[in-house]
Amino acid sequence: MSSPILKLIAQRIALGILLLLAVSVLIFAGTQILPGDVAQSILGQSATPESLANLRAELGLNDPAYVRYFNWLGGILTGDLGTALSSGQDIATSISGRLWNTLFLAFWAAAVSIPLAIGLGLLAVRYRNGWVDKLISGLALASTSFPEFFIGYLLVYFFAVKWQIFPGISTVYDGMPFMDRMQAIALPAAVLTLVVLAHMMRMTRAAILNVMQSAYIETAELKGLSAIDVIRRHAFPNAIAPIINVVMLNLAFLIVGVVVVEVIFVYPGMGQYLVDHVSKRDVPVVQAVGLIFAAVYITLNIVADIGAIVANPRLRHPK
Amino acid sequence: MLNIRRIPIPALVGLVLTAMFLFAAIFAPLIAPYGNGQIVGDVWEPASSSYLLGTDNLGRDLLSRMIYGARVTIFVAVLATALSFSLGSILGFTAAVLGGWFDTLMSRFVDLLMAIPTLIFGLVVLSVLPTTLVTLIMVMGLLDSTRVYRLSRAVAVDINVMDFVEAAKLRGEGTVWIIFREILPNALSPLISELGLRFIYAVLFLSALSFLGLGVQPPDADWGGMVKENKDGIVFGIPAALIPAAAIAALAISVNLVADWILNRTTSLKGGRG
Amino acid sequence: MAEAAKKQDPLLDIRKLRIEATVFPPGEAPKNIVLVHDVSLSLKRGKVLGLIGESGAGKSTIGLSAMGYGRGGVRITGGEVMLNGRDIMKAGKRGIRKLRGKEVCYVAQSAAAAFNPAHKLMDQVIEASLEHGTGTRAQAEKRAVELFRKLSLPDPENIGERYPHQVSGGQLQRVMTAMALCSEPDLIVFDEPTTALDVTTQIDVLAAIKDAIRDTGVAALYITHDLAVVAQVSDEIMVLRHGRLVEWGGTQQIIKEPRQEYTNALVSVHEITHDEQQPGEAPFLSVKNVTAAYGRGGPKVLKDVSVDIFPGQTLAVVGESGSGKSTLARAITGLLPPEQGTVDFDGRPLANRLANRPKEDLRQLQMIYQMADVAMNPRQTVGTIIGRPLEFYFNMRGAERDRRIAELLDKIEMGKGFSDRYPAELSGGQKQRVCIARSLAAKPKLIICDEVTSALDPLVANGILKLLLGLQKEEGVAYLFITHDLATVKSIADSIAVMYRGEVVRYGPKSKVLAPPFDDYTDLLLSSVPEMEIGWLEKAIKGRRMESAGN
Repeated sequence: MSSPILKLIAQRIALGILLLLAVSVLIFAGTQILPGDVAQSILGQSATPESLANLRAELGLNDPAYVRYFNWLGGILTGDLGTALSSGQDIATSISGRLWNTLFLAFWAAAVSIPLAIGLGLLAVRYRNGWVDKLISGLALASTSFPEFFIGYLLVYFFAVKWQIFPGISTVYDGMPFMDRMQAIALPAAVLTLVVLAHMMRMTRAAILNVMQSAYIETAELKGLSAIDVIRRHAFPNAIAPIINVVMLNLAFLIVGVVVVEVIFVYPGMGQYLVDHVSKRDVPVVQAVGLIFAAVYITLNIVADIGAIVANPRLRHPK
Repeated sequence: MLNIRRIPIPALVGLVLTAMFLFAAIFAPLIAPYGNGQIVGDVWEPASSSYLLGTDNLGRDLLSRMIYGARVTIFVAVLATALSFSLGSILGFTAAVLGGWFDTLMSRFVDLLMAIPTLIFGLVVLSVLPTTLVTLIMVMGLLDSTRVYRLSRAVAVDINVMDFVEAAKLRGEGTVWIIFREILPNALSPLISELGLRFIYAVLFLSALSFLGLGVQPPDADWGGMVKENKDGIVFGIPAALIPAAAIAALAISVNLVADWILNRTTSLKGGRG
Repeated sequence: MAEAAKKQDPLLDIRKLRIEATVFPPGEAPKNIVLVHDVSLSLKRGKVLGLIGESGAGKSTIGLSAMGYGRGGVRITGGEVMLNGRDIMKAGKRGIRKLRGKEVCYVAQSAAAAFNPAHKLMDQVIEASLEHGTGTRAQAEKRAVELFRKLSLPDPENIGERYPHQVSGGQLQRVMTAMALCSEPDLIVFDEPTTALDVTTQIDVLAAIKDAIRDTGVAALYITHDLAVVAQVSDEIMVLRHGRLVEWGGTQQIIKEPRQEYTNALVSVHEITHDEQQPGEAPFLSVKNVTAAYGRGGPKVLKDVSVDIFPGQTLAVVGESGSGKSTLARAITGLLPPEQGTVDFDGRPLANRLANRPKEDLRQLQMIYQMADVAMNPRQTVGTIIGRPLEFYFNMRGAERDRRIAELLDKIEMGKGFSDRYPAELSGGQKQRVCIARSLAAKPKLIICDEVTSALDPLVANGILKLLLGLQKEEGVAYLFITHDLATVKSIADSIAVMYRGEVVRYGPKSKVLAPPFDDYTDLLLSSVPEMEIGWLEKAIKGRRMESAGN
């Protein structure tokens, strides 16, 4: 590792932190579009002006917006996400278990879909324009067109109701045995996998095909290498960076997918928590959870960029 | 001119289906057998000759609800797409041609908006806004215009550096001529196919919001909302929720097929007639 | 087969080769086109055969067929390709793979693209040897280092440890030649190996390739569009056109006594008669001490440049890539405002910025580009393209405008019928003619021609140059002719400015610039232009005073 590459990575991370700060401003601002009604929404229409005023003071709503922003940001940086208006519970405490549940679900969906997508993508390149390839482009079309709940309820209808193989509602609790937990998340993980798989396959295919059109692939073929060696030795090292990019982009899809999937399967994760509190107009919870989702999304993008930097021979071996 | 026999079969299927959905949406009151909110029978009756798709969770005719649902879904999605498209493409072209601080400012702001997943930011904003159709259209249109902005700007920047644009600048042509006469005609084909994709995205986004209970509010319902209304039936083996879900998928696929075809048709021309 | 008998047989014997491809015209059914029509050739061991022709002649396609390779869906549909006494088309996939990289190797036009950016040069150079088991890794590396030395690469011991992007284009082309030679093949296919290089680099690479061929005794197919280049390395030359054989003979015969008219046209392509005009009393455009840079504080791409242009005359600006010659055009047109200095027009300074120049000044300076395809809006017809300056500058409309368009089309030797065509429906030469008509429509005093013939085949380019000279006589327009090609300069210029790294190193009337005594750079540049003469290369290398940039 040379120093220019470390410098680039450091730059990228610093930029990510800056972006995250800007995003926190945006999320905070997004919830200030209609000002000052939080107290009203907690106490309801029948509240007396006195009780409203008291609650406003208690919540710090009388401070200017930037003071409230810095109080909020300061809290987050010290691990204090605030208190939910609807239940009065500490948000950080309510979230910790749910965050873990969501990560568990997303992890298994990613663990299945990434190797599968890359493998199938390679296969599609190997048998370009054959039936495997056609199937993949068909699947990709479906995947960009099917809403998550269509796939979700189809699976529930068949696997949970008709054949009763997996539960249609994913109940998990603390101390649940691992295999039971896996059984519970089988269907939601399958939905997430299907949602990102075709997309990821198609993009992997495109990334490798793009590399395969380079002149150095022709050079390798004209050296008499076999098709497998050409792909393994000459295409793959150059396809790593675009593939990392594809994977990260699709993990970002996963984040969005997880919100809907958790609601379908009544899975106690972050997505369901967010949706519940949006309906309850519980602004502090929405802000906190929104920021966490955005942070994960931005982190994935940084990882993708760093992967691309590290995989680039021009940067690894400067002149 | 366009020869029907030359249209590939997938595109033809897409065209016919899209036309069908549009027809249903426009003439909903004329073709729906029952009223939108009319309770006509028992809860979740199976399909029969009087209720072709059965009844829903409140005993309303599902087919009639579907037809009215097409209206809401397509209406909101079309308006949101129109908003995102006009806003995104005008700002994108202007940024590309003007460059300078306007370009930098717009592009950084769009980067920032795109650093948050659209659904998540949509939820954040909807937590404080009243859930009306107007809010929905505005939120969806504004959030999605970031993507249109990026595409139009990228396309316009590519064209802007071509020698024929430089030649026009050397001739002394103004910005308006350059945008509308030199750049726009060459940017149309990628933009038109993007229009299809943005529409699909609007349909899916609206459906997801309504499914989560944050989109179109009862008693009106789009297809996503109908999935929500009927989802509890699934565990009893009643597939009513699958029907609106499948309709969303069918609409999205048909528009996708048409957009694909348009893209292939126009890019293979490489300029010239067409 | 006995060794002696084997020596007599041709190494490569292609008989009645037919190559086809399927094209997919938009909106029509796919159809087959024939790229190569029953071409036969044979090549003895250790000999070099030059394949020459314009684009679309099928020369690369024929060259690659010696390796059983069809680029992008191209199929060999007839004939035999006999290599070392057997038909490789019957060898099967595995058999063909065994001969690629072992019996036949390939050197591509752009080595920069042909090397894998992810691997060290040495690993790529010896890959074929290891694949085919022609030696151990140590043996192959030793041979590679010897070849690097033979090809006069700097630091031959260690250059293999570098990655492709760490080595210059000219060096990379030589490394690629070493790669082809490393597995000791019987035949190498050179596919335009020096075309992408600057002239002063080309001569070194050409000399290195020639020495390597001689010393290793390998046979070669040398593909190029430049007859003067191929004359330096080949024993025999084969002229191709539209996938058919035109003429095949010894190098001396082809370049001195061509039998076919087409070959004769290729040989005499640079012979344009143009009498040098003496500079008039007053130039109408003077570039005075212009210094320019891209971006604030960026490196200076133009340093204190001064040149004059006289009415109705041609100033040629010559230089290699990076010399700043195109930047000079940008400074004159106002696209890149100079940091210092001015451009005077008719005795008054022009505004530095394009945006501050009045319409009348813009009309007087017109420009023609290298790539005619992208210099015209693909969505406008030829009529609109030529007609726009008429509307814009002269407010001409309707029938008057159409009449003028027809006149201009006539001047560029194209008919009225072209008015409704789109650029995509024109050939390369026609596109450039339309661009010329567009600039003439403004009735300018000066047309800046930026490498206008570089992207064209020699015969087409020749036509364009003749047209430009004719129009100059008729219209009295002056040209600023930017080019890297000295042969073009010799044919059309009245005065010449030689540019090197942003500076004008030599400037004056053509006869003075091209007459000794030369400065070192002009000497190098002039001596690097290939001449159609056997033995020119050796003479040129011996007579040089300055090392080229590629070394």
